Amino acid sequence: MSKSLSDMQDYLLETLDTALTGSEISFGDLTLYAHAEQIVKILIFLRDDSQCRFETLIDICGVDNPGRQKRFDVVYHLLSMRENIRVRIKVKVEEGMAVPSVVDVYPAANWNEREAFDMYGILFSGHPDLRRILTDYGFEGHPLRKDFPLSGHVQCRYDEEQRRVVYEPVSLTQEFRNFDNLSPWEGAKYVAEQDADGEGG
Amino acid sequence: MAETATEKRNFTINFGPQHPAAHGVLRLVVELDGEVVERVDPHIGLLHRGTEKLIEHKTYLQAMPYFDRLDYVAPMNQEHAFCLAIEKLTGVEVPRRAQFIRVLYSEIGRLLSHLLNVTTQAMDVGALTPPLWGFEEREKLMVFYERASGSRMHAAYFRPGGVHQDLPPELLEDIGKFCETFPQVLDDIETLLTDNRIFKQRNADIGVVSQQDALEWGFSGVMVRGSGMKWDLRRAQPYEVYSELEFDIAIGKHGDCYDRYLVRMAEMRESVKIMRQCLDKMPKGPVMETSGKVAPPKRAEMKQSMEAMIHHFKLYTEGFHVPEGEVYCAVEAPKGEFGVYLISDGTNKPYRCKIKAPGFMHLQAMDYLNKGHMLADIAAIIGSLDVVFGEIDR
Repeated sequence: MSKSLSDMQDYLLETLDTALTGSEISFGDLTLYAHAEQIVKILIFLRDDSQCRFETLIDICGVDNPGRQKRFDVVYHLLSMRENIRVRIKVKVEEGMAVPSVVDVYPAANWNEREAFDMYGILFSGHPDLRRILTDYGFEGHPLRKDFPLSGHVQCRYDEEQRRVVYEPVSLTQEFRNFDNLSPWEGAKYVAEQDADGEGG
Repeated sequence: MAETATEKRNFTINFGPQHPAAHGVLRLVVELDGEVVERVDPHIGLLHRGTEKLIEHKTYLQAMPYFDRLDYVAPMNQEHAFCLAIEKLTGVEVPRRAQFIRVLYSEIGRLLSHLLNVTTQAMDVGALTPPLWGFEEREKLMVFYERASGSRMHAAYFRPGGVHQDLPPELLEDIGKFCETFPQVLDDIETLLTDNRIFKQRNADIGVVSQQDALEWGFSGVMVRGSGMKWDLRRAQPYEVYSELEFDIAIGKHGDCYDRYLVRMAEMRESVKIMRQCLDKMPKGPVMETSGKVAPPKRAEMKQSMEAMIHHFKLYTEGFHVPEGEVYCAVEAPKGEFGVYLISDGTNKPYRCKIKAPGFMHLQAMDYLNKGHMLADIAAIIGSLDVVFGEIDR
C-alpha cells in the first residue's frame, strides 16, 4: 500500500534528520532541501531503504539564480514505482564549486549531469566523463545561464573559399527585441526593484 | 616484428550523423573488435535548438508550440504535459469534454508514434512493406490532427485550460470509422512481422533489458513494460479521465527488442479501445475553461463587450500570470514518461522549464545495451529504443 506524501515527509525528516535542511509539500509535490555534500548519502538511502525504494532517477537539472550567493540549484527528481510516489531534492551550489556526482548511485545520472554542466557550468566531482553533451563541439559559455544572451555569441556558416564551416560573431539584421508586456499596474516586482535601484543610485 | 603482426587492434567507426537507421541525426562512435561492439559513444545535440532557453523568453501561451517540436512524431502528448503543469500551478479546471478530447488525441499520438516506430524498426532489420502499410494509416491520423487543429503535425491544439476548438461531429464519426478498420491493418502488419523468421532472428534476445537495468538506467514506458514491469502512468498516476477508462497494460517477458515490438503492437490495440470509449462517453459542453483566467472570451462576446475585448488583448500581449511555485508534471507519452518541471516566479513567463525526455534516458544506455552485440544489432537496438532527436536534443 502506498503511503501518503505527508507520511513520507515525516518519515524522511525523521530518518535523514540532519542531512536535510528542510522540506515542503506544495502543489502535490514533495520537496527536500539538502546540503550538496550530503547528496550521495541521501540518494543511497532513498534508493535502498525498504520504505522508500526511489529506484528510478527521473531527472537531474540545474536552475540559475544570478542574484544569490550560492547561484545554482541542482534539482533531482526521483520516482518510486513500488510506493508510487515522487520526490524532489534540491541542493544549492556556488559557481565554481562542485557537487558530488551520483553516477555511482544511478548510472542514469551520467548524461543528466553532463547536461547540467553543459548548460550551467555546474561541476560534478567524481563524474567519469564530464564533457559537453548538447552544444556544438568547441562551444564556449553555458547557454542556460540567465546572463547568456538568447541570440548566443557566435553564428556559423559554410565558407565557399575556405571550404569549411566558419564561426563569426552574431550579426542580426534586425536587432533582437525583448517584448516586455508585463503590466506595470499590477504591482509587478521589477518596477519596484528598478525604482529602488534608481533611488539608491 | 612477429609480435606486432599478431597484435589485436580495435577498429573505430563513425555511425552517422546521417544514417538511415539512426532515426535522426545521431552520431555514434563505435569501437569494434572484429564485428563485435566493444564501446559505443553517442554524440548527441546535433538538433539542439535551445528550446528551454527560448521558453524562458516567451509567455506561457507562446511557449506551448515548442512542445510540438520536441517529439514531432506525437506532438500533442508533449503539449499535454506542459498544459497539465500550468493547470496545476494556476488551479484551472479543465471541462470534461476537453478532457475526453485530450485523451482521444493523446491516444492518436500514441498510434502515430508506435506505427512509425514498429514499422521503421522492421525496415532497419530488412522488411520494406510494413512502413508502406503503416504510413498509410499515419496519414489518416494526421488528417485527424489537421481537422482538429488546422495542422498535420505542429498542432498547438491543447491549451492551458482545455483545447483550442471543439471537434465537429463529422470528425468524431470519422475517427469512429477509423477505429473499426484499424485493427485489421494491425493484424495485417502482424502477419508480416510477428512470426517472420528473419524479424525474429534479428530481434529476439537482442538488447535484453533486465528489470534491474531498467531501474538503474531510469527507463520508462515501453522500455520498462517490455521487461515485465507493469508500470504505466495512465494507470499508476492517472490524469484527465484515464481512471474511468478500461484498458489493459501489455507487458513483455524477456525485455528484448522482440518483446518491445510485441508490447507496442498490443498498446496500439489498447489505444484503439481507449479511443472508442472516449467517443462513446464524450459529453457535450465547453472545451475551454470559462472562468477567463487563462482562456480568452468568446468571439461573439468580444463584438459586444469592451471588457471582453480588453481581456482578449491582455491575454495575447501580456499573457496570463502563473502563481509562484514549482511543479513536476508527467504524462505517459508513447516513448515513456515525458515530464515538465516548471518553475514560475509569478510573472507571465516561465522562470525555468526543464523538459524530461524519455528518449534521453533510453539513448544513454546505448553503450551498455550494445556491448558484446554485433555491429548489425546496433540498428535493431536503436530502433527498439524508439528515439526521436527532437526531444533528446531539445
